[in-house]
Amino acid sequence: MSELERHKFDVVVIGAGGAGLRAAVEAREAGLSVAIICKSLFGKAHTVMAEGGAAASMGNVNSGDNWMVHFRDTMRGGKFLNHYRMAELHAKESPDRIYELEMWGALFDRTKEGKISQRNFGGHEYPRLAHVGDRTGLELIRTMQQKIVALQQNDMKTFGKLWIEVFAELTVTEILKEDGKVAGVYGYWRESGSEVLFEAPAVIIATGGVGKTFKITSNSWEGTGDGHALALKAGANLVDMEFLQFHPTGMVWPPSVRGILVTESVRGEGGILTNIKGERFMFKYIPDVFKDKYADNEAEADRWYLDQDKNRRPPELLPRDEVARAINTEVKAGRGTEHGGVFLDVSKRISAEIIKKRLPSMWHQFYELAGVDITKEPMEVGPTCHYVMGGVEVVPETAAAVGVDGLFAAGEVAGGMHGSNRLGGNSLSDLLVFGRRAGIGAIEYVRANEAKSVSDSSIKAASQRIEAPFTRTGGENAYSLHAELQEITHNLVGIIRTKSELVEAIEKIADIRTRSANISVTGGRKFNPGFHLAFDLDNMLLVAESTAKCAVGREESRGGHTRDDFPGMDNKWRQVNQISSFDGQKVNVRKQALPSIPKELFDLFDVHELEKYMTAEEIAKGGSN
Amino acid sequence: MSGVFSPSRAKIAVRTLRTDRWWLQPAITVAVLVSFIIYATIRAFEAKFYFAEPLISPFYSPCLTSACPTNGSLLGQPFGTIAIFGMVISPALFILIFPLGFRMTCYYYRKAYYRSFWQSPPACAVAEPHKTYTGETRAPLILQNGHRWFFFAGLIFNVLLSIDAVLAFRNAEGQWGHMSIGTLVLLTNATLLWLYSASCHTCRHTIGGRLKHFSQHPLRYKLWTWVSVLNHKHPTFAWISLFGVALTDVYVRAVSSGSISNLYFF
Amino acid sequence: MARKLNMRIWRGDSVDGALQDVQVEANEGEVVLDVIHRVQATQMGDLAVRWNCKAGKCGSCSMEINGKPRLACMTQVASYGEEETITVTPLRAFPVIKDLVTDVSFNYKKAMEIPAYAPPSDLKPGEARMQQVDVERSQEFRKCIECFLCQDTCHVIRDHEENKKSFAGPRFFIRIAELDMHPLDTLRNRKQTAQEEHGLGMCNITKCCTEVCPEHIRITDNAIIPMKERVVDVKYDPVRWLGSKIRKREGIV
Ligand SMILES: Cc1cc2nc3c(=O)[nH]c(=O)nc-3n(C[C@H](O)[C@H](O)[C@H](O)COP(=O)(O)OP(=O)(O)OC[C@H]3O[C@@H](n4cnc5c(N)ncnc54)[C@H](O)[C@@H]3O)c2cc1C
Ligand code: SF4
Ligand code: SF4
Ligand code: FES
Ligand code: FES
Repeated sequence: MSELERHKFDVVVIGAGGAGLRAAVEAREAGLSVAIICKSLFGKAHTVMAEGGAAASMGNVNSGDNWMVHFRDTMRGGKFLNHYRMAELHAKESPDRIYELEMWGALFDRTKEGKISQRNFGGHEYPRLAHVGDRTGLELIRTMQQKIVALQQNDMKTFGKLWIEVFAELTVTEILKEDGKVAGVYGYWRESGSEVLFEAPAVIIATGGVGKTFKITSNSWEGTGDGHALALKAGANLVDMEFLQFHPTGMVWPPSVRGILVTESVRGEGGILTNIKGERFMFKYIPDVFKDKYADNEAEADRWYLDQDKNRRPPELLPRDEVARAINTEVKAGRGTEHGGVFLDVSKRISAEIIKKRLPSMWHQFYELAGVDITKEPMEVGPTCHYVMGGVEVVPETAAAVGVDGLFAAGEVAGGMHGSNRLGGNSLSDLLVFGRRAGIGAIEYVRANEAKSVSDSSIKAASQRIEAPFTRTGGENAYSLHAELQEITHNLVGIIRTKSELVEAIEKIADIRTRSANISVTGGRKFNPGFHLAFDLDNMLLVAESTAKCAVGREESRGGHTRDDFPGMDNKWRQVNQISSFDGQKVNVRKQALPSIPKELFDLFDVHELEKYMTAEEIAKGGSN
Repeated sequence: MSGVFSPSRAKIAVRTLRTDRWWLQPAITVAVLVSFIIYATIRAFEAKFYFAEPLISPFYSPCLTSACPTNGSLLGQPFGTIAIFGMVISPALFILIFPLGFRMTCYYYRKAYYRSFWQSPPACAVAEPHKTYTGETRAPLILQNGHRWFFFAGLIFNVLLSIDAVLAFRNAEGQWGHMSIGTLVLLTNATLLWLYSASCHTCRHTIGGRLKHFSQHPLRYKLWTWVSVLNHKHPTFAWISLFGVALTDVYVRAVSSGSISNLYFF
Repeated sequence: MARKLNMRIWRGDSVDGALQDVQVEANEGEVVLDVIHRVQATQMGDLAVRWNCKAGKCGSCSMEINGKPRLACMTQVASYGEEETITVTPLRAFPVIKDLVTDVSFNYKKAMEIPAYAPPSDLKPGEARMQQVDVERSQEFRKCIECFLCQDTCHVIRDHEENKKSFAGPRFFIRIAELDMHPLDTLRNRKQTAQEEHGLGMCNITKCCTEVCPEHIRITDNAIIPMKERVVDVKYDPVRWLGSKIRKREGIV
């Protein structure tokens, strides 16, 4: 084989989504050399699909907003399972991160005074989402992409060479360690299939989500949980992998677009949900904990659009888990549409012109893909796997992965921030806040630690793994195994779960794992999707195993985890995180106490509200010091 | 081998794989423009049947030579009679350069004739026949950047042709307060020409497009939004105003040559 | 509802390649990318194709379908006749890598050549004030998903490899226009460099870029022509040129 391609950097960022790019900018601006690696072309990462907006309590539309309100909303949304410190940092720092984007050229929609406009979203008490029509993620990605180009232009001007480089269409297959510390990463060019070694003391994982483990998902093919699996294999932990967000409104028809997201802004802008009988059913599904915030009758819900101070908000804007479950129940009870969804209608409340202006890509999407004109007709929607709350266990301040020196994780791949359920809009701001913090964490780490060089034996092992599928013949094909896995997760680890099904799922996933060891690939190494999928599948299997095992473990229903056999929320379980780790053979799950919330944050809440989530002892303690 | 047949590109032998009738549009453009040019040339050299009190053909207005009856010459007759080798030059030729230049440099017509006549490209994703290409960076095509001068000249013509239309509210004896089919024809022609000019890209730029901050110029912004609406239809106006000019001339010629009489409403 | 679809798929690499006939099942409502995936999963495991979102948002799945540059994920199979054969090829303006995947690095190189956004040096984060009407023009251009279909269809480079050096292409003309129209951008010579360095003058406004843009950005009418007019202001219009000299002397600009 020809000489191995080698690179040396101070920081390697895996992932060019919002989190990865933000981390890279931070590290480069501090003077470090940075590699950004991504599986698809630069600027295509999954973040481009985000529509609704980025939550930040700038208070531009309602001056009553501030970080404390945002913090409260985030904790409520996550049913108090969030890592309080992450939620706090996130709420405090998001506004600055948004302003920063504006300095780099982002053009958000404006208020009359010329400030950044903010929109309503489920679970947010005030209009809080900075947005650009319904393509906010694109704006985020493009702005940071262009920021990186600006840094590169500057490098060329000052140094005549680049100190920040993008390696696009390169898949990382392994995080390499020497003496227990991170030493680099190994991967292959998707284009040529040839292998690459990056040596770097600090590696930031920002690989996004796991949606492709499921059959119906809003995620792109990249959402294969690579970072989750890479971290597990490198010795890091995953926290609370049972929590998956099913977005209530994905497209359901035609089949080929099933799962594609219908942004929550449709409801934020006044869209209402009805079943086949024409009932606006969400009024029936307001849980007790939200009774004082959500209208229980149509008249009040309608008035809210005109006067948000005097009226409670419409129940369509409940957190996603509630709405998804409600739709699921309606459909199961036979009140769904023929394609298994419910109706979502904006055409009644706002004019065609405004719909096209505020929701242009939704209009476009339905018109082109489903032949539906949403300015005239309702959409058909149903739940779709959207976001994973669980992820790599990190130290909030530095985004350092617990247990592995030199490894950091930010963005969707990191866990803890969102608890059991993420609020819409909190992900984009999470990417920025913790992307930056991961950058800072890496900078500090690189300054304090020597780079390790990667040993030949590690290289050899990594290389053999890549070569393996080509040396086998007659094994199964990755496409069909992937389809099988998706079927299992969809049927057995879906929105509503029970013990027996989960146990069955764990067995079946293990079976696919065994069979996947024999996958063989046809064709050569050059841009071969069958070969690419073989690697992605390996990661998805690990993620699915972790999710299923955590789901069996948690015997309650909370946020993105609903157990038919344990339908209620159990305040004892609120004190527990489930930690997955990997022993080289299988995923092991153990329980770990959630860090308890300090007094000053505890005091931000009304005690009566906390009583719904916390045990009597916790309330009595009144937060830790 | 260059273009889509360059060595690095996917090896595909044909210049396009389009299966629709992509050649139809350029073919129609050629047919229409060629017919217009032939008709206009004949008429410009014909040098008669362009005036029938109170109607004047747009090909000949303003009539600047003494070939015209004085009441047909809006701006007088500064050129008197000029003849080359005994041939009296048609009054149309003194003014044709302006409308011709306006349309030749029009952003829309440029698209139309670059595609249809010059085949550069004949249609999207259909390889063009030329070996080299420099666009509008060199003479003569760099002169296309002078479109705005023709635009302003065009405005003057629009004014003159509008006056012609107003003058058509007279009868053949020069008395005001009458109206004929001819009046309508001239009015329509003038209106179409105004629409064509108002929807012009240079107009859009001048009115407001060149501003960086619309919010500081609310009136110009308003105008710009209106012009932008018209601008969307510029190709349509380009074609119908072209037909308008030709048909107006056809009508005036028919009246002037006595083939028909100009029907008066009152 | 499922039917047999006849397709011709270009397979090959930079050295050689050809169209191959395949028959594949197509279901109601499917887009071309769906059937390509089916071919991949059932007949050609190593068929190379780029895609990400399958929702027309990322601009990865650009290819040519029956000779027209399109997003495969936004092209309904049903938009072709029952009997029609659907031919898919890689983009023909860029070097091919394998099958339907081309090397689009040209575009990333061009992106590097456009000077970045330059806000006023004394502007502090959070203090920017911009009116909606002032940002709307630039916002239209920021809808761009970088599918590079416009670059692919533009005859200036599609038909003339040698022009790639001196021509940025429609995707980057909208980028320049976006910045030139940005209410807070301070860089003054974008018009001149558009003409002198990025090849704006090469464009003969034949509008193919606008025709193929999946985001319906009116590239020619709203970016290229306005930029050409702005170039005339600073380069070819003696009146304006003189005006700007005088005003500069008086310190008004
Ligand atoms: C349709 C949709 C709409 C959404 N709307 C919103 C919204 O309105 N507001 C909000 O806050 N959130 C929204 N979200 C959620 C949010 O977009 C995502 O959670 C977020 O973008 C994740 O960003 P990230 O930076 O963590 O990773 P991603 O953007 O997913 O990027 C992952 C990166 O990692 C790379 N990568 C992955 N694996 C590897 C590997 N093995 N080797 C090399 N590179 C690799 C990928 O190529 C990619 O570049 C939405 C999500 C979806 C699907
Ligand atoms: S209008 Fe100009 S930029 Fe657009 S495709 Fe035609 S020549 Fe290229
Ligand atoms: S301008 Fe349109 S066609 Fe060109 S890259 Fe952007 S989205 Fe694609
Ligand atoms: S007249 Fe057509 S653009 Fe000016
Ligand atoms: S796959 Fe994203 S645009 Fe087609």
